[in-house]
Amino acid sequence: MTSPDSDTQFRHDVREFLQKELPDELANRVRLHQSLKKHDYEYWHSRLNARGWLAPNWPEKFGGAEWNPLQRHIFEEECALAFAPRAVPFGVAMLGPVLQKFGSPAQQNYWLPRILSGEDWWCQGYSEPGAGSDLAALNTRADRRHTHYVVNGQKTWTTFGQHANMIFCLVRTDLSAKKQEGISFLLIDMNSPGVEVRPIRLIDKTVEVNEVWFNNVEVPVDNLVGEENKGWTYAKYLLTHERTNIAGVGFSRAGLDSVKRIAASVRDGKRPLLENPHFAARVAQVEIDLMAMSMTNLRLITNATAGQAPGLESSLLKIKGTQIKQEITDLARRAIGPMALPFESESIEGSNMGLPDPFDAGAVTAHYFNNRKLSIFGGSNEIQREIYSKGILRK
Amino acid sequence: MKPVFHMTEEQTMLSDMLSRLLSQPTEDPWRRFADQGVIGALFTEKHGGYAGSGSDLAVVFEQIGRAADTTPLIDCALLPGYLMAEAGYDLAPLINGEQHYAVAHTEAHAHYDLHGVETIFSNGTLNGEKSVVIGADSAQQILITARDGDNIAIYLVNADSPGIRYNHYELTHGGHGADLLLSQVPATPLAGNAIAALEKAWAAALVAQCADTLGAMEIASQMTRDYLMTREQFGRPLSSFQALAHRITDIMLAIEQARSAVLLAAAHLNNTPKERDKHGAACKNLMGRMGRLVAEECIQLHGGIGMTDEYALGNYGKRIIMADHRFGDTDYHLERFIAFTSESSSAMQP
Ligand SMILES: Cc1cc2nc3c(=O)[nH]c(=O)nc-3n(C[C@H](O)[C@H](O)[C@H](O)COP(=O)(O)OP(=O)(O)OC[C@H]3O[C@@H](n4cnc5c(N)ncnc54)[C@H](O)[C@@H]3O)c2cc1C
Repeated sequence: MTSPDSDTQFRHDVREFLQKELPDELANRVRLHQSLKKHDYEYWHSRLNARGWLAPNWPEKFGGAEWNPLQRHIFEEECALAFAPRAVPFGVAMLGPVLQKFGSPAQQNYWLPRILSGEDWWCQGYSEPGAGSDLAALNTRADRRHTHYVVNGQKTWTTFGQHANMIFCLVRTDLSAKKQEGISFLLIDMNSPGVEVRPIRLIDKTVEVNEVWFNNVEVPVDNLVGEENKGWTYAKYLLTHERTNIAGVGFSRAGLDSVKRIAASVRDGKRPLLENPHFAARVAQVEIDLMAMSMTNLRLITNATAGQAPGLESSLLKIKGTQIKQEITDLARRAIGPMALPFESESIEGSNMGLPDPFDAGAVTAHYFNNRKLSIFGGSNEIQREIYSKGILRK
Repeated sequence: MKPVFHMTEEQTMLSDMLSRLLSQPTEDPWRRFADQGVIGALFTEKHGGYAGSGSDLAVVFEQIGRAADTTPLIDCALLPGYLMAEAGYDLAPLINGEQHYAVAHTEAHAHYDLHGVETIFSNGTLNGEKSVVIGADSAQQILITARDGDNIAIYLVNADSPGIRYNHYELTHGGHGADLLLSQVPATPLAGNAIAALEKAWAAALVAQCADTLGAMEIASQMTRDYLMTREQFGRPLSSFQALAHRITDIMLAIEQARSAVLLAAAHLNNTPKERDKHGAACKNLMGRMGRLVAEECIQLHGGIGMTDEYALGNYGKRIIMADHRFGDTDYHLERFIAFTSESSSAMQP
């Protein structure tokens, strides 16, 4: 573990970077939960990359920052508190570690720099209509023909599929094997003939997920990661990385600050809403949970050896972290009261030139509904409970 | 004030008629409601209607909620009808659908405080801002609350008065709302005690809103039950996972409680203001809590599909949650309930 002194210095460096590089206008849109455009993410990635901070989890030899878990925690927290955009996880946080562990040197040399430079925008093609929690039930198939695989099938819920030029997919390469054993990990160019992306509108009317269809799509065998039919092992490895930093302490801190700011400016007839005993009790309880979770998170990540993803405990962090985040979006909608009713799509898209919005109420309700996703994706909270309880109850 | 467990014959007919009506599309929902006597069902004979009891309102709005219908019956029929009836107006033009009204009361900074009115009436005109005026797009006349000195009064204005500026928008759960900027809008006050009229109208609207939410909760839970029984993962229906089976049980339990709370509030709508409001507060608090549980759990148990705009469940979820933002939320009514029950020792009296 790093010494407290260097932590303070590190935190200071991160703050200085954010102050210099993060434009107020962008931070403001993040704060108001406006959906960001592709170029917003690209811009922020390029700032991080210029500083060598885009890939906190990667080893230095691949161009990463190679930070320890505590530094990563501090970085995430400071970024969230400054309302920096989230770094898109699919290339850096998910595919990167898989290629570093299981990819060929040629794959590493080709794909990893392109993730950092932003030449490739990756998305994750795991889920299918019939294979959600039961991911191993996936049906998209890849048939080998000499130098190519021919891919047919459908992925769904593909986040940012509309922005991506590359998708990493789990595909079935052996139809006769047991479910988990016939799966391979394939990198597919989304511009290949036969790939079709169809947007799915979510309940907050935003488009962040898509269906991705494959109709006789040819994929060079060079794009197979690791060995054929070993994809499940790689997928599981990736999922443990997907779940690191899942607690999202910084995001919750920032969210709670916003709630307090709103509640201080709203009056419930007698006093500021923040002083209403019922509302204050709700806020206090979440804050108490968050203080403890922050500690739980620190304990668990410092226990995990540097560079390694935490094990079973990451399921606990996913559950508590998402519960707290969802509770905060619920507090926010309560705080704005009747102003939760208007649905102003312009404010979500970030071009609301209408009347002043005294409590920044614009996207608060939409954000509450959007964040129902947190307990569904990345391994639903029910599945996390399954993983954890199986882990400790097995003799 | 005995709660009615079973619908009367008339109520069963009304409920069946509405359920049929709402399953068929229409170009002009307001005209259809008027012609089929749905608006008349909201008012007593004394005011030109033919039903109008708390349980009649519950019957009507449960169906509206089940159908997720966005015609603003509460805002543009029930509320203005109550306010105008108190002031001695003839409700015939409202009931037969000739006149469209809206009510502008909410102000952005007032949260749910019924007295939180800063719009001012002086020299015969209104000045101020009103928020979330539902149905303002089709109203010919608007009932606006404002302060005349220390008193709150209700004013009737023409919707096309030159001094009104509208900012129109869609509501989260569908339907239409607007913010109103009022400057020098000529207005005439309604007769009578405005606060008492508002409280009475709000009490009726609360019963209607809660019945609506109950209807939406029923559909959401049915959809979820059906989904658990048909969706398979790991080679078996979701319903076979005990963790999920127990949660649908909690959802159903919440709905039974919600139904009882609505029945109680409906039965007390014509009781003394204090008993009426105590039961109203109890009902709205319970609906806020149960509604959140049902909406969030139904979405969760559906997984990704529950998050989509296309699948109807999401819209029911929004309807249920948004109900918490109307006529006072969970906490507002908890505080009210505490105030009512701390001054009397017999909170448990049915
Ligand atoms: C906004 C959003 C973004 C997403 N982004 C991506 C992406 O980029 N790439 C990608 O591949 N996928 C993505 N997903 C898909 C996500 O991983 C799946 O939604 C998730 O795995 C759940 O699958 P499902 O939706 O099919 O629900 P189901 O698996 O059908 O589950 C329905 C319900 O049953 C519960 N359940 C299922 N099995 C069990 C069990 N054995 N015991 C107890 N409860 C159980 C679930 O927890 C859930 O509550 C995204 C989803 C959403 C909503």
